[in-house]
Formats: sequence, structure tokens, C-alpha cells
Amino acid sequence: MNIHEYQAKELFEKFGVATPRGKVADTAAEAKSAAVEIGSNIVVKAQVHAGGRGKGTFKNGFKGGVHLVQTPDEAAEIAGKMIGQILVTHQTGEEGKLVSKVMIADAVEIKKEYYLAVLMDRESRSPVIVASTEGGVNIEEVAEHTPEKIYHQVIHPLLGLQPYEIRNLCAKLGFSGDVAKQFGKLLQALYRLFIECDCSMVEVNPLVTTPDDRVLALDAKFDFDDNALYRHPDIAALNDPTEEDPREVEAKKFDLNYIGLDGNIACLVNGAGLAMATMDIIKHCGGEPANFLDVGGGASQEQVRNAFKIILGDPKVKAILVNIFGGIMDCDVIAKGIVAACQEVDLNIPLVVRLEGNNVAAGKQTLANSSVALISADTLADAADKAVKAIAV
Amino acid sequence: MAILVDENTKILVQGITGSFGGRHAQLSLDYGTKLVAGVTPGKGGQLFADKVPIFDTVEEAVAATGATVSAIFVPPPFAADAILEAVAAGVDLAVAITEGIPVMDMMRVRAGMQGKKTRLIGPNCPGLVTPGLGEGSHGGCRIGIAPGYIHKRGKVGVVSRSGTLTYEAVWQLTNLGLGQSTCVGIGGDPINGTSHLDILKMFNEDPETEAIIMIGEIGGTAEEEAAAWAKENCKKPMAAFIAGSSAPPGRRMGHAGAIVSGGKGTAAAKIEALRDAGIEVAGNPSDMGQALVRAMG
Repeated sequence: MNIHEYQAKELFEKFGVATPRGKVADTAAEAKSAAVEIGSNIVVKAQVHAGGRGKGTFKNGFKGGVHLVQTPDEAAEIAGKMIGQILVTHQTGEEGKLVSKVMIADAVEIKKEYYLAVLMDRESRSPVIVASTEGGVNIEEVAEHTPEKIYHQVIHPLLGLQPYEIRNLCAKLGFSGDVAKQFGKLLQALYRLFIECDCSMVEVNPLVTTPDDRVLALDAKFDFDDNALYRHPDIAALNDPTEEDPREVEAKKFDLNYIGLDGNIACLVNGAGLAMATMDIIKHCGGEPANFLDVGGGASQEQVRNAFKIILGDPKVKAILVNIFGGIMDCDVIAKGIVAACQEVDLNIPLVVRLEGNNVAAGKQTLANSSVALISADTLADAADKAVKAIAV
Repeated sequence: MAILVDENTKILVQGITGSFGGRHAQLSLDYGTKLVAGVTPGKGGQLFADKVPIFDTVEEAVAATGATVSAIFVPPPFAADAILEAVAAGVDLAVAITEGIPVMDMMRVRAGMQGKKTRLIGPNCPGLVTPGLGEGSHGGCRIGIAPGYIHKRGKVGVVSRSGTLTYEAVWQLTNLGLGQSTCVGIGGDPINGTSHLDILKMFNEDPETEAIIMIGEIGGTAEEEAAAWAKENCKKPMAAFIAGSSAPPGRRMGHAGAIVSGGKGTAAAKIEALRDAGIEVAGNPSDMGQALVRAMG
């Protein structure tokens, strides 16, 4: 799960990660009063999850989702041009994102930009701190061209961040004296936030030093472990469903794991690995998958019906491939569920069904006897081939 | 000998009175597995299926029955504690079926298990099966949630990160007449107990296993590590399949660990590493069984 920049700033403030003053505003009037509190040198930032805001363009023609202003009146004027408008950046796609809030923040002067992140590293099974003297740019490019400028510090999962580890990082980043002290305090707070909020990543890019030698986290990107949200209702509440694919939001309500893609052959599969493999074989046979969809190991009639509804909500879909490996469940029960679900949703595009597993002969008979016009397939390859051909004719 | 478990292995189930745990405990009993105890705190003294004693703690269950393996079906908020309890009770193998355990919990569990004798398989896995010699492989050791009857006793070792995709592979093998020594699902989470490489080493040493099929997916570098080791050390013919070559980067494909991030964990990189190690890679998921036939020449 991701969050907005203003929400990240609020989390930073809660945990004591030094960051420039800032406030969120829903209206131009609120933006003005927030700007009065900040003073001069104000930055107005559109709040959407997508990157590339500064270079983006609003559909009303207004250019840039990030603006520097000097007075509260200017802040109100800019905020008025952003709020309620659609911002298009290189990450939003051409449909863009609705901006419903802006952040008004202190535009601090920057002496030097750095990069700092804490992330969960699967190889070492530990948190890792990643830091670089090259901040404010794409860190993956730094990693590719000048990997020696990126420093990694693996943290012991049970001991946590140690003072010597902070000193080592300070030495590598060239921090000393009071700046080192401030950096240490910031990193400790950031690490505590990472652990206590069950993050999978917190990235501060850039971390900056100012001409008056303050160390501040200027922008942040969070990724939270979805599996841990049950114990963080306050963080779960930060989720903004308008930032997500509405079909994915709908699927979640029914406990379906759905990811929309660009193709035209929808698939409905039980199990995540088999669902990925089904997408792969559609592509292998010359088609394009319209989605990833895991209905869970059991594939109940209820799940299948809801899944059909979500799939059919995508106008690009021209055919459906159902691939169920009935391990424990009786294939005949699954077949009856598929037939009933088809009748309920009034299906009018080709449907290819491939069933395998427990009592499969009876399941195939049920499919063959039904009044639903479906195409039965034996193997995965056969199913994908039939789905691709069903679209071609 | 198969690996890890055989038909004589005594197992217990943590979370046996839950609907999920209970259902699969019954299926294991039906398969002929020596399920000797259940554990549910507060339900000690009761019986499961009128014959399997239930205990309040794993320690009591192990002491009373001699169980050496625990299958864990406990819900995510309590699963880390359940794994640590099994480790403290000294079982040889803990198999965590539970899906949805926070990564931070698994990080602490793995660190806490350092130096202990228990091996963990999973979490978020279908478990493992050593097929028996009876009809539909009855009489084997089934730990977890895999359908027993799809298996057939034989000489192929199967290791996979997935559930139903593993059943697909096993079913293909069985229909080709290729039985299995042991089938292990290591799970789809980013931090798990046992890797592809760990299982590969065991199959390599197991006299009963004559060929190996490894099923991986996008995310992480576990398949590359296994391939690098196999290139130098594996004495047996190997086939593999990697799921997710059509998955978009940056999206988590169902399994918490199935994500291509920062250019790492792509299907293409894994397939290249496998081919470089001389492993026969199935071109599509319908081809997994045949790929092993080709590997065995």
C-alpha cells in the first residue's frame, strides 16, 4: 500500500523524522491560511501517488504539479488551479489523476541532496539501510552507473540499528559534528518508523542539508506490508481508493486477487502460481492476458460469479479462459458453479473452460450437458490455444 | 527413503480445531498419514475425529506422542508464535501453511530460529507429500493441503513456490507414469524457512530421487542461487518452469514474494540462469512433465 506525500509528512512528524513544515489543504482558502503560517518561500504540491508531478500538465492546461511561490495569495491562486483538476504525468497514463488536495510546505534552501532508504531485504532476511551522496535523482540510475556511491548497511533483525552503524554511515556520507548528530537522530526515528509501522520500504529522496546546516527529509515514498495492515488500522485508513484501479478495489471486496492488464483474454484461475502460468501460456499462444485473477484454492460458485462480473466490467475483454485445478474440491461441483455463474451474468463472449483434477470426467460431462455455450479444453495449452482462436474468428 | 518425511513420520497439527486445519487433518488421516496429535490452546483433553488426542501445547503433544513434525494452520496474527512454539518443543520440521503472515514477523522468527535444530517449510505453502504405495498413493505422508491422490510413489523430486501450479506439475508427471519421491511446496512469501536450494541439496543426496523438477516464479533470486549451485554440483537430471514471464514489473502477483522490483527477479533472468546450468526449462506450463522427460533423456 502507498500513501500521499502529506500523509508521509504526518508520519514523519509523529515519529520525529525532521522534515520541512507543511500542511495539507482541500481548498484555495485553506491553502492561503496554511501559507500564512509558513511565511515566504512556499512550495505548492499536488497530492497524487504518481511521480513526475513537477513536469506534469493539468487537463485544464495549467502546467506543473509543483510550484514555488512567495506569498499566501499566490499560494491560494496556484492551489485553486490544481484542486479538482486532473493531473497527467508520465506515470499516470493519459487518463491522469484527480487532485483533491495540495500540500503547502516550506521551500527550504538546499546545500546538498542525499538518498536514504530503509527496506526489507529478502536475501539477508533483514532490514537494510541504503544511503548515497547522490540524492534527488533516480537511485536505480546511480546504482547502474556509479554503484560505489551507494552504501548498504544490513541491520540485525533482533538487535536493531546500532550507534556504530550510524557512525559508519556518517563517515561514508561525509557528515560530522552537529550535522552527523542530526542525521543520527533522523535515521533512528526513520528506522523506528519502518519497524513499528510494518513498512516494506521507506525511501527519503532527497534527504537534504541546508545552508544553515539542518538535515531534513524533503520527500518520501512508503510501501507498507499489506499482510500487517490488520494491526495498523490508522495506516490502513490512509489508503486512498481513488488512486487504485476501481476493478481491483471491487475485487478486494470479494476476497479476489485481481490485477488489470492491457490484453483482451481474461483469465480466472485458482491459485496465484497457476494464475501467472495461465497468463504466460496465453501469451505463449499468441494472445494477450487482460488480467491476473486468483479466485483462491477452492473456487466456490460465489467466487466464480463475482469474478465473472469483474472481468466483464473490462470493455477490452473479448474472451474468457477459466482454468481450475480441482485438487480437493470435486470438479463436478466446480463445473456446476461455473454453469450457474454464466447463466446469472448472461455471458455473451466466448468462454473456454479447462478443468482438471478430482472427478474431472463428471465435471466435463456437466459442462457438455449445460445450455451455456462454452468451449471445453483438456490441457492448459489446449485451453489457451482455443481462447486465442476464439478471438481470431 | 524420500526426503524430510516418510510413511512412518508422526505428525501433529497446530490449529486442528479450526475449520481449515480440521478439514485437512481429516484428509491426511484418510490418506493414511500418521497424524498422532493436535494442538489448540484451551482444548487439551478433547479428541479429533474421535481418536486423535488434542493438547494445549506443542511441548505436551510431542512428549506424549513422539510427533517429530508439526503442520501449522494457525491464523496469521498468531502464526509466528505457533512456529516459535514448535521450534521450542524441538520438532524436526515445522510446516507453516498459513497465508498472510507479516514479513516483519517472519524476519524475527527466522532470526530466532538460528542455531535450533528445527527446519521450517513455508509459510504460505501447500506443504509436502511423500506418496505411499497404495491406490491413489494412499499410505504416504501428507502434510498440508495438497490433494493426495494426484501423486504416485516414484523417483522424481518436486520443489515449488506455488500450490495449484505444483499440483498441475505433479499431475502431469503422474499421468506420464513418473512417480515422485517427495513433493515440497516451499511457499510464496518473501521470507520463508527453506529455499529451492535447500531442497535441491536434499534431493541430490537422496538415493531414491533420480530426477528433479523445480518450479519457480518471479521475485527474489532463489532460483538463480539454486541454478548456480546445480551447475557445479547436481548429479541428477533437472527440469524447471518459471511462472510470471508475462507479469508486469512492480506489481505483486498474488503471492507476497512474486514481484519484479528494481529490475530484479524477472522470469527472463531466472530462465537464463537455469539454462546456463544445463537445466531443461519448460517453455510453457503444459510442458512441465515433458520437460522432465527430455531432461531424463
